[in-house]
Amino acid sequence: MKRCLVVLLMVCFSFAAFATGGSDKSGASGGSARSSQEIRVLLANHPYGELLKTAIPDFERETGIKVTVESLQEGQLTQKLTTEFATNSSTVDVFMTRPLQETLLFNKNSWYAPLDSYDFSDYPSNTVDIGRKDGKPYIVPLVTEWQVLYYRKDLFQQAGLQVPANFTELENAAQVLNANGVAGFGARGAGAAAVTQLSSYVYNYGGKYLDKNVAVFDKPEAIEAVRYYGRLLGNYGPQGVTSMSWEALMPVFQAGRLAMWTDASVFYGQIVDPAKTQILAENVGIAKLPAGPNGDSPFIVVSWAMAISGKSRNLETAAKFLAWATGKELALKGMASNITMARNSAWQDPTVRATMNPGLIETQAHAAKNGYPYDRPFMSSVGQARDLIGEVIIESINSKGSSPRLPALAAEKAAAVNDLLKADGEYGN
Amino acid sequence: MVGNSGFIERNLKYLFPLPALAFVILLMIFPVCYTLLVGFTDWNLTSGRPMRFVGLQSYRLVVRDPRFIAAIGRTCAFTLGVVIGEAVLGTIIALILNREFRGKGLLKFFLLLPLVVTPVAIGIVFNLFYDPTIGFLNFVLHAFGLPQSGWVTESATVLPSLMLVDIWQWTPMIALIVLAGLSGLSSEPFESAMVDGANGVQTFFHVTLPMIMPTVLTAIVLRAVDALKTYDIIYAMTKGGPGYSSETLNILAYKLSFEYFNLGRSSSVLVFLFLIVLLFSIGVMQLRKRFEV
Repeated sequence: MKRCLVVLLMVCFSFAAFATGGSDKSGASGGSARSSQEIRVLLANHPYGELLKTAIPDFERETGIKVTVESLQEGQLTQKLTTEFATNSSTVDVFMTRPLQETLLFNKNSWYAPLDSYDFSDYPSNTVDIGRKDGKPYIVPLVTEWQVLYYRKDLFQQAGLQVPANFTELENAAQVLNANGVAGFGARGAGAAAVTQLSSYVYNYGGKYLDKNVAVFDKPEAIEAVRYYGRLLGNYGPQGVTSMSWEALMPVFQAGRLAMWTDASVFYGQIVDPAKTQILAENVGIAKLPAGPNGDSPFIVVSWAMAISGKSRNLETAAKFLAWATGKELALKGMASNITMARNSAWQDPTVRATMNPGLIETQAHAAKNGYPYDRPFMSSVGQARDLIGEVIIESINSKGSSPRLPALAAEKAAAVNDLLKADGEYGN
Repeated sequence: MVGNSGFIERNLKYLFPLPALAFVILLMIFPVCYTLLVGFTDWNLTSGRPMRFVGLQSYRLVVRDPRFIAAIGRTCAFTLGVVIGEAVLGTIIALILNREFRGKGLLKFFLLLPLVVTPVAIGIVFNLFYDPTIGFLNFVLHAFGLPQSGWVTESATVLPSLMLVDIWQWTPMIALIVLAGLSGLSSEPFESAMVDGANGVQTFFHVTLPMIMPTVLTAIVLRAVDALKTYDIIYAMTKGGPGYSSETLNILAYKLSFEYFNLGRSSSVLVFLFLIVLLFSIGVMQLRKRFEV
């Protein structure tokens, strides 16, 4: 008995030693021992995150606030945030967040702090509304993006083609340009990743993913869009397109092996960067997504926002950092680097308009006027819903849009998405 | 102070193993028990509800999920493929390295290189090789007039392509283990076989192989346990795609946790994986006993 007690006592001591070691470590980078003039910020590996990292030393000098920065790929960022928040071990104060992917989940679990005192007057109201809960705003929109068509001007010229204005012309151009080792058309084909890029096609066919929080992507107009997307990619897409997201498509375009590519506007800067691409910048065109039979509404979404952690113990310092990191000055710097910021004033600035690519300005104006503010089903279980819709997309691509199974498959997946909405208490809300 | 010192003196035999014991409890036993416990709950962050104890419900839902059954199949196929490939190639390489020849040291050095490279870096490099449009492998196939492959971008070829990467990285480890086994063998049985007139093939199958079998089986267990849990290379190269074509149990558990936020279901999958690894290890260790003298 005595031996057992001795062992138990010593195990407790050892645990205490481990725990002390742990708290020392967290104390160094955060935790309760951290000064209120020190914050921990999690950024995404995104051009705006990179811009912030270069500017943070200035902020530290001006304010005396020490900022500990960590930079992660978007998936890993979500993983780190959810793990820390769910286990109540978070020392994060400010972080970049993907509104359409994370807002509902994070708000449900109170992982955002409310931003009552932030001045949102410079933002389109619908971009702020995405992050509202019970009327209170929780996120500051950072970057917007919309769907565009990137195309090779030289190949269009050689083939005597005009930039496609509708889906019929798009398919015709893809067919003509699909030659000599160059794929006529590219877009994301990797199941879940393709859902965002398919969305504009669905809207232009008159469909939606969700209508009043009920899955409707099994309706005939949405099925037609899926068939069209599958037909284009199946017939004229690069080999292996069903596993391609933007990371795989961009190098193919940069290597001159893709004639047209529909994706988010955010990539323009990279595809004309002479250090990264083999195509001359003057041969890269950017145009609005062609109109569909029933619409001309590309998505225009807030792809990144910034928020304060609901578990932050340094709310005041975090708010100071947030105001600076989302301020107008940095927004203008972002625009100068072809990062399409969410602030209205950044788009009105004459210096910015003079230096920015006119194609970006034109397509933004079109999307801002006619676009749709979602590029995925806006629901808490969005990750699983995207996988389910992705199965329908892959079936369509593999069958070049002709699969007779598509309506039944879409209906089955729509029912599964509705089950998720019901389980999360969001169905029909 | 004297009393404390006496207490420590009297209990030294308990005191010294304590850090190791605490390490095992804190970092090994606790996570397994916690995973087991979460598997009995419906903890799902998307619902916003606190976790509830639901008994075996998560396990039942997992077993009925066709994705889970398919993931078990892929996990087993991947493990079987890489372990057979690595065991055969590793043994052949070990037999070659067991002979004396010029440049043997250099060859051993090159053999070690794949073992020290980070799996994610390997994944990125092989993805560049495998790229069907701008990749090196299809360029070579095209140059020889051979049909090109989709490699990791097509359902039919993704698993074998991933196996090739694993075999490339881990065959040297098996080779080194088997080589260590070979170098410890007594020369007498080989001399007897030579006197009895056995040729090289007969000597290998009737003398060498039975003698190194315990070593080979140990290497197989080490690799198989690792292969059953493979995550890094698959995630870095395909994230389980195209579709779910390379989704193994670990990838499925990851998706359930960090993309679907269904921690209860994810824990159930991990418990099944734990059981598979455990049963497999026990099975092979039983088999190993048969070869022990």
